[in-house]
Amino acid sequence: MAVPAQKFDLAAEILTALPAPAGEAGWASAARGAAAKRFAAMGAPHRRDEYWKYTDPARLLASQAPVAARISTDETPTFAESEQLRLVFVDGVFDPERSDALALEGCEIQPLAEALRTDIHWARDIFGVLEARSQDAVHRPLAALNTAHATEGFAIRVTGRVKKPVSFIYERRSDAADAFLHHVIRLEAGADLTVIEAGPAASRLSSVMEIDIADGAGFHHVRTQGRDHERLAYTAMFSRLGEKSTFKSFTLTANGRLTRNEQIVEFAGAEAVAHVAGACLGDGDFHHDDTVFITHGAPDCESRQVYKKVLRNGAVGVFQGKILVHSIAQRTDGYQISQGLLLDEDSQFLTKPELEIYADDVKCSHGATCGAVDEEALFYLTSRGVPRGEATDLLVLAFVDEAVAEIEDEELAADVRDQLAGWVARHRT
Amino acid sequence: MLKIENLHVQLEEEDKTILKGVDLEVKRGQVHAIMGPNGSGKSTLSYVLAGREGYEVTQGTATLDGADLLGIEPEERAALGLFLAFQYPVEIPGVGNMTFLRTALNAQRKARGEEEINAADFLRVVREKAKSLDIDAEMLKRPINVGFSGGEKKRNEILQMAVLEPKMCILDETDSGLDVDAMKLVADGVNALRAKDRAFLVITHYQRLLDHIRPDVVHIMADGRIVQTGGPELALEVERNGYADILKAVA
Repeated sequence: MAVPAQKFDLAAEILTALPAPAGEAGWASAARGAAAKRFAAMGAPHRRDEYWKYTDPARLLASQAPVAARISTDETPTFAESEQLRLVFVDGVFDPERSDALALEGCEIQPLAEALRTDIHWARDIFGVLEARSQDAVHRPLAALNTAHATEGFAIRVTGRVKKPVSFIYERRSDAADAFLHHVIRLEAGADLTVIEAGPAASRLSSVMEIDIADGAGFHHVRTQGRDHERLAYTAMFSRLGEKSTFKSFTLTANGRLTRNEQIVEFAGAEAVAHVAGACLGDGDFHHDDTVFITHGAPDCESRQVYKKVLRNGAVGVFQGKILVHSIAQRTDGYQISQGLLLDEDSQFLTKPELEIYADDVKCSHGATCGAVDEEALFYLTSRGVPRGEATDLLVLAFVDEAVAEIEDEELAADVRDQLAGWVARHRT
Repeated sequence: MLKIENLHVQLEEEDKTILKGVDLEVKRGQVHAIMGPNGSGKSTLSYVLAGREGYEVTQGTATLDGADLLGIEPEERAALGLFLAFQYPVEIPGVGNMTFLRTALNAQRKARGEEEINAADFLRVVREKAKSLDIDAEMLKRPINVGFSGGEKKRNEILQMAVLEPKMCILDETDSGLDVDAMKLVADGVNALRAKDRAFLVITHYQRLLDHIRPDVVHIMADGRIVQTGGPELALEVERNGYADILKAVA
């Protein structure tokens, strides 16, 4: 059978298996219907699609979620020490019993399902809207499918500078389960919020976050995706930035058979700043893909992408990073770095920087490197008495630190560094 | 303390012999200098002793207080008390000077079965030694050698030496790239470490450094061998007449 027909048949099959929820407000049902239509029209992603060339989506589309053993550790969960509003999900389903009350100064928090049943709701302007806007440039069928189906997640409207982070804690109880999460976040002018996400959520996760950031507002996001080895994840964050607003996101991925993290950033107002960063650590059966698309649609904005991947025993890292600078976006400052550190000869790092620039007065730099641990540095450290294993650890941690340094909150950054050090020590040669 | 006998070394990658039978003994408490023209094998000798990869020992031995050096890892040599001050100290972005130094010190202590030093004691020791080398707190906080000037890198080498307290110190062209004041500072640092149970092997092109660090014994190395050994006056002779006369005499 030819590939195209297969794509559409599979999309239709998946939509039948994942119907839109009933009983929602008219606008929500309309958004669901439009998303389903988008997904059907685009078809299920396939290895032959340009944006899935390096990552095979087949396992994300299989009819059953895979069995993924839950890792048992006696470690304190990430970020557990810091003050936060805790919202706990088990296998992708919100558990109010184990969560804090949905009350936080400067912020309205509501389960997504409730928002989608409300006739007049602010989420109408964002839910499925930011996702749909991005589809013109590059097809993201899995995000459309998520919009069509997901009922779990939160709608958060931020009106002030929120003092403590909102923390989504994703726990697992089932060895094989699908989770569809969809968060919708609106930051009003001048508002400020930090969102933390920690944990694997399910053996197979589809997660979409849409973030609309009004003028002068700031959104900070720090995420760790858990340490379960066999889990699969597709995540996409869609952000739209108003004038002088800020968006910063960092993700730590240690382990996981397949992870595709997409960042889709749109500058809609001038003088805004977006930093997206990620560090991933993979040993063995590990495939990790960061796909970034930044659209500069306004002048004087700054974007920064910092991605570091440490790979060993056949692990595969993928980076696809695009900067699109429209002709109106003069004086754009764009920076992109993607680096792979291969700890052996079996691992692979595939990187594809893309720059498409229509403005004539811009500063865009990008770098992509792939290499082994520096033997000169290793000799220097060992000649001072540091054993080779520990010396390698120091160099690996130094390598990823440029990405970790993107986290503004020192306490959260320290927690991420501890996680990294722990992983590196456990996976020493 | 350091005993090298009939050491032959060739490059692993190509069939080229660099050291062709080096014999050398440095006794406890002594300072030896090795001088010699470019390409004579001085730096190779220091790298082979410290355990850098890329060299193959085809003959001979090197021992530190009777323990074989050549068959063990660089970190094990360090734990035995060997230290090489690099000609070109390596820049390592992302690894803090202090983190590195403390990791190194504790790793050595652990290897010797000694107790690890606690953070407060370590900080006190480093600050005190850094001060005498004119290394400020800002430099200590930076990643290893990153953004350091040539002089700062060399002072940082001496600081590491002072903190790690090795018994056998090899200085590979520590004077290269230093102005007169910086050289004085580095030499003072080395002299402060001179002790009856510690020995030095100072590799240099120039007599200049030896005005500050007075050697007990001077060796001339040429074409992979020690060709002449004498007192400090040998260095003065090199300074006056170059290597030509000496090499002619031994040829």
